[in-house]
Amino acid sequence: MTSMAILTIFILSIFIGFEVVSKVSTTLHTPLMSGANAIHGIILIGAILVASEATTGLETTLAILAVVLATINMVGGFVVTDRMLEMFKGKGGKK
Amino acid sequence: MNSNLYALIGLGVATSFIMALKGLSAPKTARRGNLIGAFGATVATVVVFFDPAIENGHNTLLIIGAIAFGVVVGVPAARKIQMTQMPQLVALFNGVGGGAAALVAIVEYLNLGDSASFGEVLATVFTVLVGSVSFSGSIITFLKLQELMTTRPVVFPGGRFVIAATLVGALGTSGWVIASGGTTPLLVLAALSLLFGVLFVLPVGGADVPIVISLLNAFTGLTVAASGYVLQSTLLIVAGTLVGASGTILTRKMAEAMGRSLFGTLFGAFTAKPQAASEAGEARTVKSGSADDVAILLNYAQRVVIVPGFGLAVAQAQHTVRELADLLAAKGVEVAYGIHPVAGRMPGHMNVLLAEANVPYEQLVEMEEINPTFPQTDVVLVVGANDVVNPAAKTTPGCPIYGMPILDVASAGNVIFLKRSMRPGFAGIENELLYDTKTTLLFGDAKDSLTKVVSALKNL
Repeated sequence: MTSMAILTIFILSIFIGFEVVSKVSTTLHTPLMSGANAIHGIILIGAILVASEATTGLETTLAILAVVLATINMVGGFVVTDRMLEMFKGKGGKK
Repeated sequence: MNSNLYALIGLGVATSFIMALKGLSAPKTARRGNLIGAFGATVATVVVFFDPAIENGHNTLLIIGAIAFGVVVGVPAARKIQMTQMPQLVALFNGVGGGAAALVAIVEYLNLGDSASFGEVLATVFTVLVGSVSFSGSIITFLKLQELMTTRPVVFPGGRFVIAATLVGALGTSGWVIASGGTTPLLVLAALSLLFGVLFVLPVGGADVPIVISLLNAFTGLTVAASGYVLQSTLLIVAGTLVGASGTILTRKMAEAMGRSLFGTLFGAFTAKPQAASEAGEARTVKSGSADDVAILLNYAQRVVIVPGFGLAVAQAQHTVRELADLLAAKGVEVAYGIHPVAGRMPGHMNVLLAEANVPYEQLVEMEEINPTFPQTDVVLVVGANDVVNPAAKTTPGCPIYGMPILDVASAGNVIFLKRSMRPGFAGIENELLYDTKTTLLFGDAKDSLTKVVSALKNL
């Protein structure tokens, strides 16, 4: 991938990131933060990539540790966000 | 797998994250948004094993084992946690994510060796630095919120010079890594960054901790984007940048809701002074009442506003408070809840808690709307809140919460505090309102106190 392509993706993503959360209500700050937190758990796929190409024992150990941490971040993050939002469901239906 | 197909799936996953964030911004779609994000992440995790870029991949079983282990640790933690402890769990998840990003960068750096390009080294340095700060900083916020350490700002003499020196050291080491390469400088950088993360968060006062969590969350997003650059993964770049950008906006919004300048919160570390002990509170008298006194006050009121705070969450008293409100409503008393945006430990904490108890949405009134109604309110019932009603935020320049908008409960006819003790709130500031003549205190666990008031009210 060229550097220009990467820069383009990066800049456009910044604007999308700004735009999608611009109208969030105070009530949803915490779940939104938690959901965004879960999304950066996607570093898991980076951890898997480096783990499957690790050559030395040190690399493998660190990479596997990264896989464990990233999984906790991602899976735990989505589950905890869902639990928070579960509490809102009655309200969403009525309104 | 065909590389075009692989890229296409990556695009789909990135789209699912955009939809997830969009969904999470509105109450109706929030839960669905989160599930869409979770689905996208799951697809990405399965598909990455077929990444065409992996040549002679190995360790597959080990990786699957590690994922299984992570699930076994993460899911029960997320499922069993009490609502009151959710903020610190989010902080912890964020921290391990930052740690994972730093580790990925270190491993890829070791793997690339001398073949790393300038841009790759730069991205690695950034990821290790920011990821480590996010990791250790989040651990400290966790300890603060879990009250395993003091919630007050930790400031020591010369602290700001130590912090500044650590930062300069970390940046200097970054230059060293870029200039000379090699493993040792990178590890020194990781160590200094971990230290900086600790020093950076220590001086932050309890009430500002949520803002810091949100900021560290945005940081972790950016490290993920930088890792994506090194690993040539568009998905990581998009996902990380999304979180970085939306997290920054969210942090600013949270700071606004608390009436804080983001700058002041962040650089409190450099300006904080050790706080003088507040004037001896023990010697002063407060008016404490019984559950019956409280019940009588409430019974003969026209309008009652309930102000919930962290004490309500701790005592899990949301159902009892609703019972009380229903009872009062049945007696013809007008009842509303005054919700401060940052009551509890995180913005929206109280809304979540009261929604769980099925409190009607219309009764939850936000701060700007409820403040003008306090002069027409006979009784304000403060359940386990303190800082959000503390007039010191208006009257005492220099105190840690000065400038934060508060619920103006002092203008109501009577104020009842349900408190565990005279201990100051999370921010550690004495509350003058407790000594006011129109204030009645009922000591005890919020749930026990509310239960007593409910039964007293039934007997009236």
